[in-house]
Amino acid sequence: MTNGADLQELSTLARTARRLIIDAIHTVGTGHAGSSLSIIEVLTYLYFRHLLVDPAHPQDPERDRLVFSKGHGAPALYAVLSLRGYFDPALLRTLRTFGSMLQGHPYAGVLPGIDQSTGSLGQGISCALGAAIGLRMRGSPARVFCVLGDGELQEGQNWEAFMAGAHYRAGNLVAILDYNKLQSDGFVDEVLSLGDIASKLRAFGWSVAEVDGHDYADIARGLNAADRMVPHFVVAHTVKGRGVSFMENVLHWHHHPISDAERDHALRDLENAS
Amino acid sequence: MIDFSERPLASFAAGADPQKATRDGYGEALLVLGERDPRVVVLDADLARSTRTEWWMKRFPDRFLNAGIAEQNLIGMAAGLASVGWVPFATTYAIFVARAFDQIRQSVSYAGTNVKIVGSHGGYAASFDGGSHQGLEDVALMTVLPGMTVLCPLDHADTVRAVEWAASYQGAVYLRTQKEPAPDFTGGERPVPFPAVRQWGSGEDLALVATGSRVHPSLCAAAMLESEGRRARVLGLTCLKPFPEEAVRGLAAARAVLVVEEHMMRGGLFDSVCAALRGTGTPIKAVAARDRYGETGAWHRLLEENGMDAAGIHRASCELLSRHG
Repeated sequence: MTNGADLQELSTLARTARRLIIDAIHTVGTGHAGSSLSIIEVLTYLYFRHLLVDPAHPQDPERDRLVFSKGHGAPALYAVLSLRGYFDPALLRTLRTFGSMLQGHPYAGVLPGIDQSTGSLGQGISCALGAAIGLRMRGSPARVFCVLGDGELQEGQNWEAFMAGAHYRAGNLVAILDYNKLQSDGFVDEVLSLGDIASKLRAFGWSVAEVDGHDYADIARGLNAADRMVPHFVVAHTVKGRGVSFMENVLHWHHHPISDAERDHALRDLENAS
Repeated sequence: MIDFSERPLASFAAGADPQKATRDGYGEALLVLGERDPRVVVLDADLARSTRTEWWMKRFPDRFLNAGIAEQNLIGMAAGLASVGWVPFATTYAIFVARAFDQIRQSVSYAGTNVKIVGSHGGYAASFDGGSHQGLEDVALMTVLPGMTVLCPLDHADTVRAVEWAASYQGAVYLRTQKEPAPDFTGGERPVPFPAVRQWGSGEDLALVATGSRVHPSLCAAAMLESEGRRARVLGLTCLKPFPEEAVRGLAAARAVLVVEEHMMRGGLFDSVCAALRGTGTPIKAVAARDRYGETGAWHRLLEENGMDAAGIHRASCELLSRHG
């Protein structure tokens, strides 16, 4: 696991996913580039090394579930799902286009691989919790993963779910925070600070691991730290806009069209990355 | 499709029928359902002792989840449970359904999850608690959501039917129940496909259209009118969405239509009836909460205060008839 060749494969997949995202947002003129680029390694690792899923059977009742609660990062989810084989990567160019299966925020039922429709922040973790409890209640070994945004954690509903997750000992539930430190109006610490998020989740009764969200070995360590007795929370420290030099940590790239020149620059950055 | 009752209007009066609470109908129906349908799971938000999900909790503890005082998570969990094959009944007070409106809109209605939402103590039912607890807007909120079926059962027997139907129906459902014992009168009627539009009487002078708890008092008011030589008919609607447009449009021939509901005038039955009768020129009036909240008091006192009891409905009917009769 995560030996040289393995790492190479994952890195290549991630680069391809980033290319798909840049190309898609450039083509359609809309999309959350920064928010999508920060979660690529986590999603790549999840779909290629961790989730028990089969793209040939997207409705398998015993599959692992993933609720992508930070729905505006949909381009990332779509890119990785397409590379995993759920649908043709060429469809990425129909992102946010009228009639497309790739709706602005993930919509289940039209696109294979989407387990829960999301978009209104703070709701996905509740649905993930309900699914986790529901799966356990019927004796399924399936696990449920939920990707959350940092700004999203400002929504109170999350904390209701955190309380309930511990109360119901939802050991088959794993939440991953895409902690890229930036939200729409500025740095999270300046808009509404989350404080010591790891301690907060521990205080709520979850087990917590902090990882470098762009390091596969660290992501693996963080995910494998789940003891399956209590719900698990992985704080993935990430960089908004990761992989594209002029996008990294830049507020503007929360949501903005990409020009031809910007697209070219971005693709060069991705090409040059080791 | 209207079912015409054979029971004469004159037989309706206060005290003429046994009294049973619709929330008890919910509690009892769940117990029967639980024996028969292993997919059903019930959730509550710390109101189980009031909503009657407590009875389920005691009988099927492994299929009960208390979300605590956290309605948004209540709904979200229900959506998640539905997504993995359960049939959840997410229960709270009608007033607190609004607390989770976005969750219902996004995680249930928009996402298309098979969640049944039950709003207990609808209308003025949480009477002593006062205005903060009286859910007078719930039907409006639920009706505006695409794909939501909205049910306001007329009595205990109707509530039992509603619960059984909701469990077998694939799709989001909102069901409103209440607290106090109220006349149980549809149980004696012949079985009809649920949800039914029932009609009592066939008078052409006045058509009363009512839903939920206000159907029985409307029937009593119509009985009073009949004894005074005025001819009325009463339409009782259990299902407010999908709305029975055709059945209501058939009332256009009446001299006037009086809509009766224990709900705000805006966004409930009155608006739907007006839409159905648009262009017909039929005069329509409402007995409903007139853009004001409730207050503390006994349920019957509040209903009387708002003209929603049989006497009040009778008064409004006479006024309407004096202008258009």
